[in-house]
Amino acid sequence: MSTLDILLQQLANGLILGSFYALVALGYTMVYGIIKLLNFAHGDLYMCGAFIGFLFLSLVSGLLGESWGGILCSMILSMITVGLLGVLIQRVAYLPMLAAPRLSILITALAVSMVLSNGVMALTDGEYEAFSTDLGFEGLEMGNVFVTYTQIALVVSAALLMVTLFFFINRTMYGKAMRAIAIDQDACRLMGINVNKVITLTFFIGSALAAAAGVMAGVYYGSVHFFMGFVIGLKAFTAAVIGGIGSIRGAMLGGLVLGLLEAFGTQIPFIGSEWKDVFSFGILILLLVFKPTGLLGKTEIERM
Amino acid sequence: MPLLHVQDLVLSFSGLKVIQGLNFSVAQGSIASLIGPNGAGKTSVFNCLTGFYRPDSGSIRFAERSILRKKPHTITRQGMARTFQNLRLFKSMTVEENVMSGLHCRTHAGALAAIFQTPGQRREEARVHRISQECLDFVGILDKKDWVAANLPYGDQRRVEWARALATKPKLLLLDEPAAGLNHNEKIELIELIRRIRDELDITILLIEHDMGLVMKVSENITVIDYGQKIAEGSADQIQNDPKVIEAYLGREDDEEA
Amino acid sequence: MSKQSQTPKAAPAPSRSMLLDWLAIQRNRITILMILAGMAMVLPLVANNYVLEILTNAWFYVVLCLGLNIVVGYAGLLDLGYAAFFAVGAYTTGILTSEFGVNFWLTIPVAVVASMITGVIIGGPTLRLRSDYLAIVTLGFGEIVRICARNLEITGGASGLIGIERPSLFGLHLNQINHFYYVFLALAILACFISYRLQHSRLGRAWQYVREDEDAAEAMGIGRVAIKLYAYVIGAIFGGVAGCFFAAKMTAISPETFMFQQSVLILVGVVLGGMGKIPGVVIGAFALVLFPEVFRGIGSMRMLVFAVVMLVIILYRPEGIWPARRT
Repeated sequence: MSTLDILLQQLANGLILGSFYALVALGYTMVYGIIKLLNFAHGDLYMCGAFIGFLFLSLVSGLLGESWGGILCSMILSMITVGLLGVLIQRVAYLPMLAAPRLSILITALAVSMVLSNGVMALTDGEYEAFSTDLGFEGLEMGNVFVTYTQIALVVSAALLMVTLFFFINRTMYGKAMRAIAIDQDACRLMGINVNKVITLTFFIGSALAAAAGVMAGVYYGSVHFFMGFVIGLKAFTAAVIGGIGSIRGAMLGGLVLGLLEAFGTQIPFIGSEWKDVFSFGILILLLVFKPTGLLGKTEIERM
Repeated sequence: MPLLHVQDLVLSFSGLKVIQGLNFSVAQGSIASLIGPNGAGKTSVFNCLTGFYRPDSGSIRFAERSILRKKPHTITRQGMARTFQNLRLFKSMTVEENVMSGLHCRTHAGALAAIFQTPGQRREEARVHRISQECLDFVGILDKKDWVAANLPYGDQRRVEWARALATKPKLLLLDEPAAGLNHNEKIELIELIRRIRDELDITILLIEHDMGLVMKVSENITVIDYGQKIAEGSADQIQNDPKVIEAYLGREDDEEA
Repeated sequence: MSKQSQTPKAAPAPSRSMLLDWLAIQRNRITILMILAGMAMVLPLVANNYVLEILTNAWFYVVLCLGLNIVVGYAGLLDLGYAAFFAVGAYTTGILTSEFGVNFWLTIPVAVVASMITGVIIGGPTLRLRSDYLAIVTLGFGEIVRICARNLEITGGASGLIGIERPSLFGLHLNQINHFYYVFLALAILACFISYRLQHSRLGRAWQYVREDEDAAEAMGIGRVAIKLYAYVIGAIFGGVAGCFFAAKMTAISPETFMFQQSVLILVGVVLGGMGKIPGVVIGAFALVLFPEVFRGIGSMRMLVFAVVMLVIILYRPEGIWPARRT
């Protein structure tokens, strides 16, 4: 393979990785934008989404098969279930803590994350579950670069979800309310916006997107594991910060940028795949130090 | 040379100019006031002086040194202390502990000194207690030094803020609406306290205040600002008769049409 | 102190009997502490090796939890990568003794310096940011340290280091469990003592000011970044030193000891007992170690149970098990 082919192959890999990151980063950024909460449990919702999708797939596979029909159906069911789970978490754990000190809220979020990941671990005995699908291995061949139809389908569905979200945020009343609450919650309350309802909806959408990414990851990697949410949670946060936390477009852009950086970064000599995570966390730390507002984030009023 | 000298100060928030080329100064040993209608930018000026906001341009010289874009704690260390408009006490700590915070920048003991409780560290701790109690005595609430700050009545919480600011041993004390929420008697005590701080402790005072009666009674020099610019300056009498000031407070005729 | 006798107008007057009560409580407290210390000292004479092993582990966690408590409890910063400092100490000792044949006791100052440097590198730039950014950066940093330990040659890769020399003390070769019991007991007592002295000092007060109101603390002349960094670095030293002794006791260390779960476990100990309170943190550390031993067979459920307990504590009793000093 020529250098160009390698680069193109990594471009494809980076796009797939990036679209997972972007989907998960969206939930992070939406929740952060609206209630300034760093939802540590978000990566675990992605993991739950993968497992619940896996469960639904084994339930519906008799009827719809393990191909696109079955996968789509279980993905939607998983999105709804995990969306509701996200709402439940918000109601039980985060709502009582909104007035508490920041440290307590962060510890709450961490505890929720640990409950989810260790709960799934206890249920699955910490084993990998094979996410068996029946999608075949056909694909497009362009020169020496090979991309399966599955990979193309995953990127396209991620893009579709993001476009839908984008229209929802920018063209509907709910979306407008969401953006307004992010700016000033009290003013929204005074204007008669049902703030709690909008926050609930935000959690639902954010969690559902994570679940969608989880199911896609299950299809892509072929297996699911209770710990899969930890690293992606960190990566998605990195993506959200790259784009500028709180910014929807930023999360999408950040996800793609991080995916591509990782794909190309592992091609740099001495940065093998075992250093991939160090590479992206390193980016996160450098970014927070030198440009904490990210690429598309708004600069806050500079204090001190 | 005045103690505080502000020149061409400009501050803007995302394009909106809050302070536009402000000039004023505070003479050593005076009691000065900064007044203006609501939203004129008074508290923003305070925040620029104390380092909480970073001005776009201009110069701020304090005690012959530039304090522009210095961090708040550095400015406090150089001798400028402040109180907050809405009280910012350390609520769960005692009154004395609150006041002791002001002495942090005047003491030095580090971790090793604390672990070994060196003689120097013990002397320093004793001094911290003594000065804190002197400051509490000065504002008249020494008897409440062991109270948890949040449990104090409002007027006394204000006094804790002053004591805490005095503990930093300032040259200049900035009071942000010191009379807000006080009743008539407390205001009279406040005027007396402000004068005592200047006369007995030799501390220059700059205050922002809405209560015009209090401002006119206590200040020797008044700067009036509106829309982030100085519109008048002088003694109480001069200010009260200045047409520009009356206009700013009562409104222009064309305001009603706009 | 003559001013103390003035009677506050509205406050409950500290009458003579209350003063006596207070003195009695203080005396009781000292008595209780002496009894507890005495019990801890004579325990190796009566307990079997299994019990000693567990209690040694408990003292070890007391040191780690007290170290994290300085960061989380005193300064109010969430550190999710605390195991990294523990790893820095353990690997410093491990590498220096097994690869370079350095005497164990000489590795401690090196580990202290290494932890301080790591603390400054990670804390310096991030402590000026929002507190939640610090949490995620420390989390990422903890992972970076673990991945480095896993992939570098000098740290022995995934299998870690083995055959770390056990130290001698006054000619006594430390190789029995009761030796290590006393070493870790001494470390724990030292950690309590240092925590206590720091908490009741200029520095301890400054941490509390910054924790309660950063802006007000700045206005009082307290540099919040420097003060937080101070807490962060002291916490790092606690972790580093604990790591040195851990390496010496285990004689083998591997990267998996320093996973994210380890950091969370230490945090659970701090939150469980009561952030910022020394007796609470000690109890929390003991609970961490004893719980899985008392309830045998929960095995893989251990972390789940801890996670649920932490959630319940933070939602319903954020001050932890140990009662608050004042209400």
